[in-house]
Order: sequence, then C-alpha cells, then structure tokens
Amino acid sequence: MNESITGRQTLTLPSTLDTVDRMEQEAEKFASDHGFDEDDAANIAMAVREATVNAVLHGNTYSRDKQVHASLEASASDMTIRIADEGTGFNAAVLPDPLLPENILRGSGRGVFLMRALMDEVHFRQLTPGTELTMIKHRTTGPLNP
Amino acid sequence: MSIKVSTRQVDGIVILDLSGRITLGEGSVTVRDAIRDLLNKGEKYILLNLGDVSYMDSSGLGELVSAYTSVKNAGGELKLLNLTKKVKDLLQITKLYTVFDVKDDEASAVASFSK
Repeated sequence: MNESITGRQTLTLPSTLDTVDRMEQEAEKFASDHGFDEDDAANIAMAVREATVNAVLHGNTYSRDKQVHASLEASASDMTIRIADEGTGFNAAVLPDPLLPENILRGSGRGVFLMRALMDEVHFRQLTPGTELTMIKHRTTGPLNP
Repeated sequence: MSIKVSTRQVDGIVILDLSGRITLGEGSVTVRDAIRDLLNKGEKYILLNLGDVSYMDSSGLGELVSAYTSVKNAGGELKLLNLTKKVKDLLQITKLYTVFDVKDDEASAVASFSK
C-alpha cells in the first residue's frame, strides 16, 4: 500500500477553533494539490472540518493539555485522512439518525452524518485514550500527474 | 471570514441580509444573537436572506434549525431566501429543505407571510 502513496502531511495542533479552520484549509489545499477537483476538494474540506470540530469540542473538550493529531495522505486511487483526539472516546454506532422525524429539528447531531454523506468511507477506532477517525475519498478524476 | 448581518423592514417583515460563513463559533453566535434580539423586540416574521452566505457547516445548519424553532414557538414565521448552491445542497442532504419554506424572490417571499 505504501508504495502507491503520492503525498503525505501530518499535523499536531491545539484544541482550539483556529485548529478547525486550519484543518479545513489544509485539507482543501492538499486535495487540490493532489488532483482532486473543486467539488471533491470542497467536500473533503467540509468533512475534515466536521471531524476536527468533533475532536476539538467533543473529544478534547477544548483542553489545553490535549492535541489533535492529523494526517493527510494521497495515493493514485484516493485520499485518506486520519484525525485523532485524546478524549474519553465515543460510540458512533449509537448516534441518533438526524433524518428521523423526531430528530430533524434538533439543533445539533449532523456532523458525523455529513462526514458519511461527503466521503466514501468513514471509520472510527478507539484509542487509549481517544478516538481516531479515518475518512477516505476515492478519486473520480485522475491524479494530478498520473 | 465570518458573518455580517444587516437588518431592514419590508411591509412589516424583517429581512436579515447575511453574508459570509455560518460556522461553529462567531458565525453561529452572530445569527443566534440576531434572532434573539428580533424576538425580544417582538419581531417574529423573519426572512433570512442567505444569498451571500458562501458556506455553512453542521453548526450553522443547527443554528438555522434553532432559529426556525424559536420563531415558530413565539408564534411567528421564519423563511429562507436566495440559497446558494452549496447551502441548498446541504439542506437537501440533511432533509431540512423540506422543513424550511425556501423562497427565491424577495417580493413574493415577503407577500407569503401569513401576518
């Protein structure tokens, strides 16, 4: 798998709202630089924003002692993003479905739903401590320099 | 980067012209405060003009839903005007497009309120 990687970037950032904006911008630039079209890059950036909000807000609860660890990786076939927090973890399987009539007017709870709608694969893994989220976007257009 | 809000009245309807991004933090808080101020003044027929809103995240979506519920609970109406493609796509993905009354012409939007 590693031999097909065409680009990789890692970041370790504090648990702040600035990190949310920074990750969104880094992901969009990385996707564009590695040949994803404007729509895909925008979708990747939004999914990364939502994931980083969860890491900063729900995982690390804005703690100055906890970091957000991220990696962006491009290959000939897809882009893989990993975002990990140092929080107490959570169970994505029990998240309420925001499309159900009883949830549609809730003021929150759409972040993970949007990630799944915007990306091709979304996986959660429990760490000790923390949660690692992996998101994959497959290429619909060719890489920048095939 | 964040949001700007200006307010005007047309035939008894308050139009909030929003421009920028409605995202977690300042953007969402600005919208929340604007709606709360209007309701405190007794203004409960509100048209949100989103024509210059370039971007919204799940927090911004949640803020729109909360605004809709607050205005409805106050006995008023909140409608949306001039959605950009990105915002319209988001509302459709989350099925919120069927919740909101969405308009694309200001005059007919103003006339549609059951005031």
